Amino acid sequence: MAETPARPPAPPSTPAPPRTSVLPRTSVLLRGRDVLRWDTAVGALLLVLLVCSFSLVDNFGNALNLSFLIGNTLPIALIALPMTMLVVSGEIDLSVGSTAGLAGAVMGRLWNAGMAIETIIPLCVLLGLACGLVNGLLVTRLGLPSLAVTIGTLAAYRGVAQIVLGADSVTDFPQQYLDFGSGRIGGTFVPQAAIPWAALLVIAVLVLHATPLGRSLFAVGACEEAARFAGVRVRRIKLALFAATGAVSALTGVFWALHYASARYDNATGLELSVIAAVLLGGIDFDGGKGTLFGAMAGVFLLGALQNVMSLVNVSAQSQTLITGLLLVISVLAPRVGRRVAAARSRRRAADPPAAKALATV
Amino acid sequence: MTVTTKPAPAAAHPGAAPSGGLLDRVLKVRELAILVVLVLMLVATQLDNSAFLSEQGIKDLLLNATILVLVAVGQSMVVITRNVDLSVGSVLGITAFAAGEFLRGGGDPLLAVLIAVAAGAGFGIVNGALVSLGQVPALVVTLGTLYVIRGLDSIWCGSRQITAADLPDGFAGFGHDGLGAIPYLALLTAAVLVAVASYLRSYRSGRDLYAQGSSPEAARLAGVPVRKRVLTAYVVCGALAGLAGALYLARFGNVDSGTGTGYELTVVSAVVVGGVAFTGGSGSVYGAALGALLLTSINSVLPSIGVSSVWVQAIDGILLLLAIAVDRVVALRVAAVLRKRAARTRSAHHG
Repeated sequence: MAETPARPPAPPSTPAPPRTSVLPRTSVLLRGRDVLRWDTAVGALLLVLLVCSFSLVDNFGNALNLSFLIGNTLPIALIALPMTMLVVSGEIDLSVGSTAGLAGAVMGRLWNAGMAIETIIPLCVLLGLACGLVNGLLVTRLGLPSLAVTIGTLAAYRGVAQIVLGADSVTDFPQQYLDFGSGRIGGTFVPQAAIPWAALLVIAVLVLHATPLGRSLFAVGACEEAARFAGVRVRRIKLALFAATGAVSALTGVFWALHYASARYDNATGLELSVIAAVLLGGIDFDGGKGTLFGAMAGVFLLGALQNVMSLVNVSAQSQTLITGLLLVISVLAPRVGRRVAAARSRRRAADPPAAKALATV
Repeated sequence: MTVTTKPAPAAAHPGAAPSGGLLDRVLKVRELAILVVLVLMLVATQLDNSAFLSEQGIKDLLLNATILVLVAVGQSMVVITRNVDLSVGSVLGITAFAAGEFLRGGGDPLLAVLIAVAAGAGFGIVNGALVSLGQVPALVVTLGTLYVIRGLDSIWCGSRQITAADLPDGFAGFGHDGLGAIPYLALLTAAVLVAVASYLRSYRSGRDLYAQGSSPEAARLAGVPVRKRVLTAYVVCGALAGLAGALYLARFGNVDSGTGTGYELTVVSAVVVGGVAFTGGSGSVYGAALGALLLTSINSVLPSIGVSSVWVQAIDGILLLLAIAVDRVVALRVAAVLRKRAARTRSAHHG
């Protein structure tokens, strides 16, 4: 410590030039890596799949099929928005499918009780918000692992849905709402329900990728303690994320009931696994701190399109399950193996120059 | 610095002995608490409905629990190492079908059970290799293998199913009969339970699983062959899921492509209710077995006291939440007590 003040005058001028020359090189490197990033790769894969299906698979390109594809994928795409943020911040919510089912069940029960649908839907979303808050409070206040908590609430919310609606199914919702759930915009292939999804997508992208809040999510996911010391209000952010996830899940449950014109307690069973599979396939790191919404959406629509194409070419539902699982395993295994190969190569490269020099001198 | 650190180990030792005792006591109390809840529940039900604890009633309770206990024992080995295996439901389904197919072809029942166990262990090797060698998060990988194995199972089964008529009488009898009120399946399960518990308690490699779970980094630095141990845990978990599959076949005699779907969540609930922490390194298989017994008993108790079965799932979920919340609060309390005690001994030594 005592020696450093004596040095400064000379060094600053000399180390500065190399540093400036190094910087652009690393940024080029980063850009090169950007091109090969996992989410870009998934996006490219989705594009290839779409192009191939349009040209090779009969009936894929017609408006009806495309609207089916998007309509069936929308529930996953909706929940994937907040789920991406949760996973980026290092948490997970397995209760989304049950929250959606509960919202649908409550919607059916209240509709049977004669309430107006205009008041039912906001109530359902509020209920979802409350479900999310319960998850969030258990995780942030008690410090419980979100995996354990949300496995518990997965069973609990589904159980409550079963108590609320029993074995009934409610189908007689007002026609204009059912039309919204399954209708298309004009003569295009875009479902009407894609509009609220697109609005939520824009909000989510802005929040995650263009605000300090979004940056702090990555910070929390990368190292929670460091983020806390840096002044990020970790608990409050996580609580808000869980609440948002609950609200969006409930909204999805409402959409589900309208889209399939049936509110049952077992609606959206297993949806949580599809959402998580899609999000992870899109390159969101399960350990937190990494990922983009673009990747998540690419993952969602890749799985959705793949399933649609496989049904069109008569691949059985069982094989689809198998392929989903394989994709999921590959999507987590590949980046890690790739990273390790890259690390081994750079280590070899670091070891190489002296060897090359030695060869040259010989 | 050296002067101040020297007394610390000496001070820590007398402090550590009672604190270890306290921790032990708390952990034992944890299992005792489940036992008390279980007994209270059964006694209350018996008072309400005197036919509940008849010989057949006890037999049914034990039979219902055996399969879940077996899978929960395997699962707790994996959870103790701070991992999880979500594919157990799929493994149970496919091994049950495999054993059934073998028996339908006129195979030997014992060999069928061995085939199921071996197939389960094979899937365990795949899971364990992916987790320990690929170093990918266990939850994600086993979620993937859950799908893959279920897919394989469904392709293989198609719309076929195994019914009790396909099975040899001896095998189905093994699934129902027993010594008095105690079914053979329960005896087999108890043997497995005791074996795994003593392995985890008394063997070096068993203790390594706890070490790995409480701090993977420290375990690695201490020379624990981490990958091998994790692989072992997964293989045992898979093998027990396979055994459970064979027993499922013996008990219910009816297997199709959907057998065991969603079972993983029940198993994880049982393990966590039984006090095996998700964060690894704590809990015992006895606790997990009690948790499984509690969950399956609730399923029998509710109908017999006239509560509709629609409540079962909600109660299961709330019980799981309660269990982990209480665990956490108790752990915080214990940590506070230990800290206070450590501070007192330290100040006593300084004084």
